[in-house]
Amino acid sequence: MSVNQSGWRPERPSAADAGAATATGNRALMLEEPLIFEIGSTRTTGVDFADGDVRHDRLGDLTRKTPIGLPGLSEPETVRHYTRLSRQNYAIDLGLFPLGSCTMKHNPRLNERIARLPGFADVHPLQPVDTVQGALGVINQLAFWLIDLTGMHGVAMSPKAGAHGELCGVLCIKAALEARGDTERRVMLVPESAHGTNPATAAFAGFTVEDIPATAAGRVDLAALKARLGPDVAGVMITNPNTCGLFEPELKEISDAVHAAGGYVYCDGANFNAIVGRVRPGDLGIDAMHINLHKTFSTPHGGGGPGSGPVVLSEALSPYGPLPYTARTADGHIHLIEEERAQEFSDEHFGGKHDSFGRMTAFHGQMGMFTRALTYILSHGADGLRQVAEDAVLNANYVLRRLEDVLDAPFAASGPCMHEAIFSDAGFPDGFSTLDVAKGLIDEGFHPMTIYFPLVVHGAMLVEPTETESKATLDQFIDALRSVATRAKAGDPSLKAAPHFAPRRRLDETLAARKPVLVWKDKAPLADAAE
Amino acid sequence: MRYLPLTPSDRQEMLATIGVPHIDALFADVPEHARLPGPIEGLPLHATELAVERHMTALARQNTVAGEVPFFLGCGAYRHHVPASVDHLIQRGEFLTAYTPYQPEIAQGTLQMLFEFQTQVARLFGTDVANASMYDGSTACWEAITMARRVTRRGKAVLSAGLHPHYVSVAKTMARFTGDQLQTALPTLTGEPDTDTLIAQVDDDTSCVVVQYPDILGRIGDLSALADACHAKKALLIAVVTEPVALGALRAPGEMGADIVVGEGQSLGVGLQFGGPYVGLFGCSDKLVRQMPGRLCGETVDADGKRGFVLTLSTREQHIRREKATSNICTNSGLCALAFSIHMTLLGEAGLRRLAGLNHAGACHAADRLATVPGVELITSRFFNEFTLKLSKEARPVVRQLADRGILAGVSLGRLYPGEAELANGLVVAVTETTTPEDVAVLADGLTEVLS
Repeated sequence: MSVNQSGWRPERPSAADAGAATATGNRALMLEEPLIFEIGSTRTTGVDFADGDVRHDRLGDLTRKTPIGLPGLSEPETVRHYTRLSRQNYAIDLGLFPLGSCTMKHNPRLNERIARLPGFADVHPLQPVDTVQGALGVINQLAFWLIDLTGMHGVAMSPKAGAHGELCGVLCIKAALEARGDTERRVMLVPESAHGTNPATAAFAGFTVEDIPATAAGRVDLAALKARLGPDVAGVMITNPNTCGLFEPELKEISDAVHAAGGYVYCDGANFNAIVGRVRPGDLGIDAMHINLHKTFSTPHGGGGPGSGPVVLSEALSPYGPLPYTARTADGHIHLIEEERAQEFSDEHFGGKHDSFGRMTAFHGQMGMFTRALTYILSHGADGLRQVAEDAVLNANYVLRRLEDVLDAPFAASGPCMHEAIFSDAGFPDGFSTLDVAKGLIDEGFHPMTIYFPLVVHGAMLVEPTETESKATLDQFIDALRSVATRAKAGDPSLKAAPHFAPRRRLDETLAARKPVLVWKDKAPLADAAE
Repeated sequence: MRYLPLTPSDRQEMLATIGVPHIDALFADVPEHARLPGPIEGLPLHATELAVERHMTALARQNTVAGEVPFFLGCGAYRHHVPASVDHLIQRGEFLTAYTPYQPEIAQGTLQMLFEFQTQVARLFGTDVANASMYDGSTACWEAITMARRVTRRGKAVLSAGLHPHYVSVAKTMARFTGDQLQTALPTLTGEPDTDTLIAQVDDDTSCVVVQYPDILGRIGDLSALADACHAKKALLIAVVTEPVALGALRAPGEMGADIVVGEGQSLGVGLQFGGPYVGLFGCSDKLVRQMPGRLCGETVDADGKRGFVLTLSTREQHIRREKATSNICTNSGLCALAFSIHMTLLGEAGLRRLAGLNHAGACHAADRLATVPGVELITSRFFNEFTLKLSKEARPVVRQLADRGILAGVSLGRLYPGEAELANGLVVAVTETTTPEDVAVLADGLTEVLS
C-alpha cells in the first residue's frame, strides 16, 4: 500500500528554487558545522566522573592557575559535531579513491574488530614478556610472512610509516658502510620521478642527493646510472613498480651494477600492491624495501595515518636493523630483543653478527597495524594475495586502455602498465589544466586521482583503482573522467569554477600560506572553568 | 575471495578490452627469472572470516589484559578510560577510510578536525601553534632536536637525565648518523629533577635543552629558570610531555618559557595498543613555525567567501622541497589525532581538570599506602600520577613474581636501564582514574609478600 494516499505528486522545481539560499546555510543533508570553540564551553563536560577527593597536594608550586581554554561538549553534541564533520569527507567507503601511489583499497572490517580485541588493544608495551606472548607472536608471524612474500632475509618491524621505513633502510645502508670502514660514500642517487620522501630521507640521513635520469619510456636510464656509479656512491633509491606505474625491467641489472660498484639498492615499496604474490623483490637483488602496511595490506589511512612501514632487508643489511626485534627460538618461545639482550642473543643465535644501529621509536612499532595486516594476510592467503596483484593490474590497464583515446597516455605505447595508469595534460587548451579535471571529477562524485605527480610527466594524472573496485564502478568512473576530460579539451568555462557541489568551492591556498591562521583565536575569552 | 569484486567473466571481458589473451601478458615487463609460477610457499591459503577470527582471538588470549588485573604501568604509555563514543566516531568510514586531505573541498571534515586538534594541543601546551601530529612522542622529540639545530645553527643538544630512555635511544640512533652532539646522563634515584645540572650545562654551543615534564621517574620541577638559562645563551628549551593529562593539573611548559613542546598523545583517546599506533604532539612559538616539521592545517576562505581549511605552509615539506624539507615525514597519525581531539572535546577544560585531579589524588593515596610496605621507600617528592619507589630488592624479578600472581606492578628501572646497578631497585608506579583502592591494596599486599 502506498504511504501517499492523497494523490499529491511532486512538481518539477524551477531553476530559481535550486539556487535559493537557506536561513541556516545548510542545504538539506549538507550541514554546516561550527568549530568546537564556537559551540562549546569550558564548563561543559561530556564525561561523568566518580565522586572523589581531588587534592593537589604533591604538585608544589606547579599547580596550574591560568585557564587553558578547552571547550567541552556533552556526549550528544560531541557525536553530532563529529558525525557532521565526517560527512564533509570523501572516503573509500563512499566510492572509488584512485589516488596513484596511495593504494586506497577497501579496509576490511574484520581487521578493525581484531585490532580491538582487549588482548591486543589493552596491553602495555612494557609488560613482562611472559604476559605478551600473543602480541609478540603477531609481530613474529607477520615478520616471517613479509620475509616470505618478498624473498628477503630479514625485516625491521618498528618503523612508523613509509617515510620512517625509508629512513630505516637508508640508515641500514649507512651502518653497513660504516661497519666496513667505507665512509667516503656520501652520494645517494634518486630518480627524478621518486616520491618526495626519498630525497628528503636521504638528506635527513646525511647523504647528498643526485638525480638519476629516466628514459623516454619512463624507466631508469641504466647506462647513465652505470656511468655515475663510483667510490662516492652509497646507493640508489628506486621505486618499483615506479611512479609512472611501470615495472623496472632492468632492476636486477641495476642492482648488480650498484653492488659491483660497492653500493646498496633501496627499493621504495609503496607500489608493492602491483606485484605482491607474483614477484619477490628479493629476486631482483635489492637490499632494503619498506612495505606500507597502510597500502598493500589494507590498514586504514585514517585521514593521514597512522601508517606502518616495516623494512625487509637483504642478508648484507639484516645485521644492522633497528631494535627492538622479535625472534622465535627452537623451543617455540618468542623473544623480544631489546638493548640489553641484543649482543647476547646475537652471539647465541646469529653467530654474533647482529649489530643493530639502535632504536628508531619508543616501544615496538605500530602493533595496531600489525594485527590488521596479519588478519588481512590470513584472509587472503598466498592465493588471494596473488589475485590481489592481478586484479589491481587488470583494473589499471582497463582504465588505461579505455581512456587513452581522450587523454594523452605518455607511456601507453611501450606496453601495459602495472597497478596505476598515468595520463598527461597534453591537448588541453590554454587556461585548462589537470587541476580543472580533478575538480570536475569531484562534482561527478569521485575523489580525483593523484595530480602533478610524478614530476616527469607534464600535468600528470596518476590513476590507481586498486583491486577492490568492481567493473561497474570502473565503468562509471571512466565515463565520468571521459566526460570531464572532453569538457576540458572543449574549453568548458564551468569546469574552471568546479567543484560546484562539494561542501566547499575551491579554497584560497595562497591566502592560507601568506597569513597563516593555524589555531583558533577567541573573539572573546572563553569563560573560566569552575574550579 | 570476499574482498575482490571482479568475477571470472569480468576478468575475461576486461582482458579482451585491453587486448591481451591472459593476465600474464600484463606482467610481461617482469623478467623471466623473477616470475613466480604459483602462490608463494610458506603462507597458508585464503581463509574464511570465521577461521581468521578464531586464529587471531587465540593469539589475543595469550596476553594478559591490562584491564583485567591490578595494573600500574606507565613510563610513556598510560591506561585511561576512553569514552565509548570516541571509538565509535573514529570508526565512521568517512574518517577511517579517508586519505590525507589533498583535495580540501571534499576533506573539510578531516581538516576542520585537525584545526581544532592543533588549537587544543597549543592551548594545552601553552604554545602559540601546534602541528597536525607526528608518529609518536619519541620521534616528535627527535624532530624537535633537529628543528632546534636548524633554528640556532648549533649542533649540541643537552638531554635531561629524566628524559624517557627510549626517547634518548631514538635521539642517539639518529644523532649517530646526522653528526649531532648529544649530552646525556642517567637518572639518579632522587626526589627532584635535574634542572640545576641542566642549567649548568647550557653554553654558547648549545642548540637546545630537552627536559621531560613530568620526567621518567614521575618528578616535576619548575622550568622557568631553565628557560631563562637557555634563552640567555640563545638556546631553545624543548619540553617533552609523555602524559598530557598532567597538564590538566600542572602549569603548561609554554607558560614557563619552553620554545618547543612535544609530547605523546596516547593518554587521550588512543589506548595502550602494545605501544602503537600513538600520536606525537608538537607545539612551538609563532616565530619558529616555518621551521616546524609535519603537516599544518590553516584557515582560509573558498571561492564563495565561506570559511574553510587547507593544508598549508607546505613549502616546508618533502613533497615540495624534496631534499631541502624540514622533515621527511609524510603520513602522520591523523586518526589517533582525531581520537585525542574527540576525547578532549568530551572532557573539556572542566573535565580535564577533574580527571587530572582524580589521577593525582589516586597517586597520592597509592604512594602513601605503598610507602608503608616494609622494604619500600618513596623517592619522588613532587609528582602527578606516577612516582618512583626504591625497593629493598632488585625490582625486575619482583615485577616478574608479581606478574605471576596476576599483578602488573609497574615498570622496573632494570627494564628501562639494563645493567645499571644504581637504578636496579627502582620501580615506577603509575596510577590513573582506572586504578581502584582495591588494586592498590592488592599491590601493597603483593609487595609485602615478595619483599619479605
